[in-house]
Amino acid sequence: SHFLSCLVEFSKTSPAAVQVNVRDALNQAMDEELERDERVFLLGEEVAQYDGAYKVSRGLWKKYGDKRIIDTPITEMGFAGIAVGAAFAGLRPICEFMTWNFSMQAIDQVINSAAKTYYMSAGAQPVPIVFRGPNGSSAGVAAQHSQCFAAWYGHCPGLKVVSPWNSEDARGLLKAAIRDNNPVVFLENELMYGVPFDLSEEVMHKDFVLPIGKAKVERQGTHITLVSHSRCVGFCLDAAAVLAKEGVECEVVNLRTIRPLDVETIEASVMKTGHLVTVEGGWPQYGVGAEICARIMEGPAFNYLDAPAVRVTGVDIPMPYAKILEDHSVPQIKDIIFTVKKVLNM
Amino acid sequence: LLQMLLCYLSRLAQPQVLRSRFFSLCVLLQKVDLHRLEEGPPLTSTLTREEGLKYYRTMQTIRRMELKADQLYKQKIIRGFCHLYDGQEACAVGIEGGITLSDHLITAYRAHGYTLTRGGTVREIMAELTGRRGGIAKGKGGSMHMYTKNFYGGNGIVGAQVPLGAGVALACKYLGNDQLCVSLYGDGAANQGQIFETYNMSSLWKLPIIFICENNQYAMGTSVERSAASTEYYKRGDYIPGIRVDGMDVLCVREATKFAAAHCRSGKGPILMELQTYRYHGHSMSDPGVSYRTREEIQEVRSKSDPISMLKDRMLSNNMASIEELKEIDIAVRKEIEDAAQFATTDPEPPLDDLCSHIFANDQPFEVRGATPWTKLTSTS
Repeated sequence: SHFLSCLVEFSKTSPAAVQVNVRDALNQAMDEELERDERVFLLGEEVAQYDGAYKVSRGLWKKYGDKRIIDTPITEMGFAGIAVGAAFAGLRPICEFMTWNFSMQAIDQVINSAAKTYYMSAGAQPVPIVFRGPNGSSAGVAAQHSQCFAAWYGHCPGLKVVSPWNSEDARGLLKAAIRDNNPVVFLENELMYGVPFDLSEEVMHKDFVLPIGKAKVERQGTHITLVSHSRCVGFCLDAAAVLAKEGVECEVVNLRTIRPLDVETIEASVMKTGHLVTVEGGWPQYGVGAEICARIMEGPAFNYLDAPAVRVTGVDIPMPYAKILEDHSVPQIKDIIFTVKKVLNM
Repeated sequence: LLQMLLCYLSRLAQPQVLRSRFFSLCVLLQKVDLHRLEEGPPLTSTLTREEGLKYYRTMQTIRRMELKADQLYKQKIIRGFCHLYDGQEACAVGIEGGITLSDHLITAYRAHGYTLTRGGTVREIMAELTGRRGGIAKGKGGSMHMYTKNFYGGNGIVGAQVPLGAGVALACKYLGNDQLCVSLYGDGAANQGQIFETYNMSSLWKLPIIFICENNQYAMGTSVERSAASTEYYKRGDYIPGIRVDGMDVLCVREATKFAAAHCRSGKGPILMELQTYRYHGHSMSDPGVSYRTREEIQEVRSKSDPISMLKDRMLSNNMASIEELKEIDIAVRKEIEDAAQFATTDPEPPLDDLCSHIFANDQPFEVRGATPWTKLTSTS
């Protein structure tokens, strides 16, 4: 499976077999892993008979039934704990939070019961669980439903935290997460669910997995490095296209994984371009970008910087409702372009 | 009826000869309170000599181990949290008497007794308390985080262990292995919302789980009357059948557990047991335990309801064992504890190489950031 992912990396001219949106990529990944291993099961609110609040689990209950696709009552702390206990006893649960905002009800089970147990037990008790659901801002859902949890969960040892951008990411990383023997926090994005991407034959193979902990350079560039995750990767690519017309070539790095952070890929890029901008949807204080900048300061890439590393982030406020306000609460393409030009002294 | 008759007859036929040994004894138990149940566990229990000696030895081992931990804590050889179980021995031993080691169990932080009954040794328990590499969790967990096969700790967050236990029960049902999970919590934890969430899901899905509330009357320093609007913990599962049992009598606990286990294994779903018990020590080693209860109360329980004395008296007065025999067990237990304490105080601490290990299972070794950017440590699985 590692060989296959290498194959995808190197072969830039592989034929696009099919167009798959992120939702379907996640659905197919779960379907294949449910089929592959009987111990895998899915639980969460509305995952079964409703086909998933965002239709990510559509068709799975019909195919696998009540035993493996379980609708839970609205009791996150309870069902997250049940999911972790099932993992203790040898099953491989996928625990869905309808959105990651609701995970706060259950965060003790994610951190204290799942993340820390392998360490506390000195390796006696592994916890092969995936927590997944949509993360970050959506459209018009206001403050309580729009928070990004990448930084909170990314802070904790014992967790792997993954944040896919496109369909290939979603498919490969979810399959990897389900096969991983450790707790994985899988941060999806509601606004990406309906976005289609071309997927090659290799990617569509049932054993296609992407390595957790490895970033991908989505676009080669020489003047400046843009590091991002999830939906913002697309904005970086859009900004890069605009900037290319002015002769600025941006290298766009898609983190794919928040923890463990692939600092080597970022460093290699910064050592090439000499300039760094991080882009994320989450709040600035103590965020993903803050961590990247700190690591660059502490590592070999610092000496290659020709300007301070800078962050583009969500605005430091609870998410407002009105469209005009919401649009100005998240990083826009123009913010990325503006920042790049500032950093490059243009 | 026949059993009752035999019981009565065996009592009449008690020989006066001191040296004769009954190989099995029929004991009349205290009445059990029932909630949503027509019938409860049997009111008599048959105790064989072998069982009696085993329960005696195990309870005595827990007692002595906890007292030794108290000593080591006062000598500052054990540090941090240390929640002792002396007084409650009949619960751990009685429960194990009603299930098997292929069943599962999870409890909260007052877990040393359970670590033993679930297959841990005194040596590795004590060495974990003293934070040595020979500890059951290699010194990584401490008092509240000890694990054995089918025993999921030792959990530090009050109440969190209950949904975890239901998850284990879900796995039992999913895998169709006829096993069950015993999920323990205290009178303090009994008010936790996640426990009610667990009651709901366990009942909906008919999970093979035995909820057990170890009611020792105090959550830290808050008595049951001051923390619960309803102190009838065996009824708090509402639609879940419940029984309330004398937790100081190892046979009461055993019979109740057997009854509960049969209920679960028949596919009826969860059942709730409340064990009325008592802890002699304070909440933890940092609590003298007398600011919220009287010394007289503690003394009264010790003199009238001590679980080990109760079993000892029962066995002695029915000629099931001799005083010398039990003394021999006491001596053997004392030696076992001394040897374990010796090991626990001399075994070296974990190697620094172990600092970052056991973060992830089945992974390649990876780098972990140390306290400074130049301190690069390695994590192995």
